[in-house]
Amino acid sequence: MTELTLVQAVNRALRHALQNDPNVILLGEDIGVNGGVFRATEGLQKDFGAERVIDTPLSETGIVGAAIGMALYGLRPIPEIQFQDFIFPAFDQIVSELAKFRYRSGGQYPCPLVLRAPYGGGIKGGLYHSQSNEAYFAHTPGLKVVIPSSPADAKGLLLSSIADEDPVLFFEPKRIYRSVTGEVPDGDHRVPLGTAATVREGTDVSVFCYGAMVPLCTAAAERLANDGTSVEVVDLRTLVPLDEPALLASVEKTGRAVIVHEAPRFCGYGAELAAILAEKALYSLQAPVCRVTGYDTPFPYALENLYLPGVERIAEAIRSTARAG
Amino acid sequence: MPGLVLADRAPAETTSAPIPEPAPAELVRAYRTMVFARAMDERCLTLQRQGRIGFYVPLQGQEAAQVGSASALRPEDWIFPAYRELAVALVRGIPIQLLIDQFFGSGGDELKGRQMPNHYGYRRFNFVTASSPVGTQISQAVGTALAARYRREPILTIAYFGDGTTSSNDFHAGLNLAGVFQTPTIFFCQNNQWAISLPRERQTHSTTLAVKAEAYGLPGVVVDGTDFRAVYAAVAAARQRALGGGGPTLIEAQVYRLGPHSTSDDPKRYRTDEELNAWKARDPLARFKLELMDAKLLNEDQDHALWEAARQEIARAVAQTEATPPVPPLSFFDDVYAVVPPALQEERRSLEQLLAAGTVRP
Ligand SMILES: Cc1ncc(C[n+]2csc(CCOP(=O)(O)OP(=O)(O)O)c2C)c(N)n1
Ligand SMILES: [Mg+2]
Repeated sequence: MTELTLVQAVNRALRHALQNDPNVILLGEDIGVNGGVFRATEGLQKDFGAERVIDTPLSETGIVGAAIGMALYGLRPIPEIQFQDFIFPAFDQIVSELAKFRYRSGGQYPCPLVLRAPYGGGIKGGLYHSQSNEAYFAHTPGLKVVIPSSPADAKGLLLSSIADEDPVLFFEPKRIYRSVTGEVPDGDHRVPLGTAATVREGTDVSVFCYGAMVPLCTAAAERLANDGTSVEVVDLRTLVPLDEPALLASVEKTGRAVIVHEAPRFCGYGAELAAILAEKALYSLQAPVCRVTGYDTPFPYALENLYLPGVERIAEAIRSTARAG
Repeated sequence: MPGLVLADRAPAETTSAPIPEPAPAELVRAYRTMVFARAMDERCLTLQRQGRIGFYVPLQGQEAAQVGSASALRPEDWIFPAYRELAVALVRGIPIQLLIDQFFGSGGDELKGRQMPNHYGYRRFNFVTASSPVGTQISQAVGTALAARYRREPILTIAYFGDGTTSSNDFHAGLNLAGVFQTPTIFFCQNNQWAISLPRERQTHSTTLAVKAEAYGLPGVVVDGTDFRAVYAAVAAARQRALGGGGPTLIEAQVYRLGPHSTSDDPKRYRTDEELNAWKARDPLARFKLELMDAKLLNEDQDHALWEAARQEIARAVAQTEATPPVPPLSFFDDVYAVVPPALQEERRSLEQLLAAGTVRP
């Protein structure tokens, strides 16, 4: 075990993969000499060489297209998109190609790669350095979508993603890259994809969240514990595949659900969770499902504190959900 | 490094009239704008270090390229900037109060605090609001040029972007469209030798960036971007050509980014002091100052006065911005659509209630 920040845990996982699998190749903007703008790839080019940790020209479609080509040939590329906000020049490669290669070739051409991208707000990044774009990709069959919230999960989920036979989009909550630290198992630590984690047990209300929202939800739960409300916090960790049994089991226990994400509400990932609860857990519910999300506007710069769900807004939603019905 | 216009293909093919030299008063005004931009840059870097603004993208080293290019335009020409074009904005006459308000995201910010510092734009100055994703403005500039031609309005559009951006989707898309439609567009690439940590020679194996124009059937021009006059002449010629029906031009202004990519960047990680110092010796401000002094258009006292005036005006603007109330908290719901839709009105009401109850604070 080693005490690490989340971004250090990402770095350790990448280092482990590079060390143990010669097929692993990293490519992206400013990831080599500079070690990544968030230092996620710090030291890796120095230790593994410029053939395996590649500084690319400024072209996301080029990065993802080339990574796809590598994967088709049998390598395990790990492309980095510098900010998730800049993924859109590569949208076509991700949605039309990466997600569909296996399918359209009748299984002949699997395309296992892990696309890493920091996402999310709370860093004063404005419109284009703050977005939480997971829903576009969760909506695309053929892709897996993973979002860690702790250093140990960041390492464990990343190593599982690299070992996975399908393409994985691995979105890293940059806001808590350095603010969250924790013990991380050394060596080949794996957290299986598709398993949620109950980060706090409770009996009155279930809160479903992921990424940078997890510490805020936990803080809100602690606040409510003082008022005598017992809140269960479930970190989904993998949006696709979703750990549906964990979702349903928690709501069957508590009868109340609050869903938290920083992306806009309309057609956000929370809408899918709410729909599943309506379809499969309606008779367990004692209150309407409640969503706490970013608002349905682009991401504002000066007023990001109001835009983003904070502990107060989350606690308030839990409180009224606990009382409802 | 060439010190003069080195046309890969003569931009003068369809140019009729020779380009007149800027008048002495224009030269002095251009220098004053360069001083202003540098002074503002220095001030903003300090403001960022002090935590008074959140972020900043400096332009130092690129003043002559920016002032030279923008001075060759007419106010009706549309500018599509990237995020580093402070001196272009100043030439356009955008008041510094507006810019400082934007940097602070204060209540005076006409963009209503929506964007990070440096990402501004003002319709009345024909200066289109910048975005962060690189390159997107290039194809947009072609569309605006097509629209203006359709309306028989004799303007051109100019897209500013960096060396790294020549690898973007829209560089290709934009130059290709412009070539096919022969639009009155100038593609003004400031090759500052770096795209964050990637050096120019790792960005493309092309000999120059300008040579890329060849493949799209447009002229490509390399110009010494530390030389105000050379840049001015290149852009003025391209403008004349474009408005005479001669089509678009790609201009590569060779400059150097003397500062960090942004306040989040540490260039020591990827480039050497030797390289930096070699380019510092070619500082566009120092060069222009000497030229003006040689021509007896400027002396040390006048130079000193320009710097003083700039610093004072900037200090006044900063003070005024800091005395301005913040952006109204519920304003971020506006402008998503022409009319706030009912569902969004409801979201706004819910936040209003949270604010009124003191549950959340701006
Ligand atoms: C599509 C996209 N990808 C990545 C980024 C992150 N980024 C911001 S600036 C930059 C380098 C741009 O270099 P260049 O075009 O040379 O312009 P300069 O910053 O040097 O003026 C990068 C990679 C971005 N803004 N947009
Ligand atoms: Mg550059």
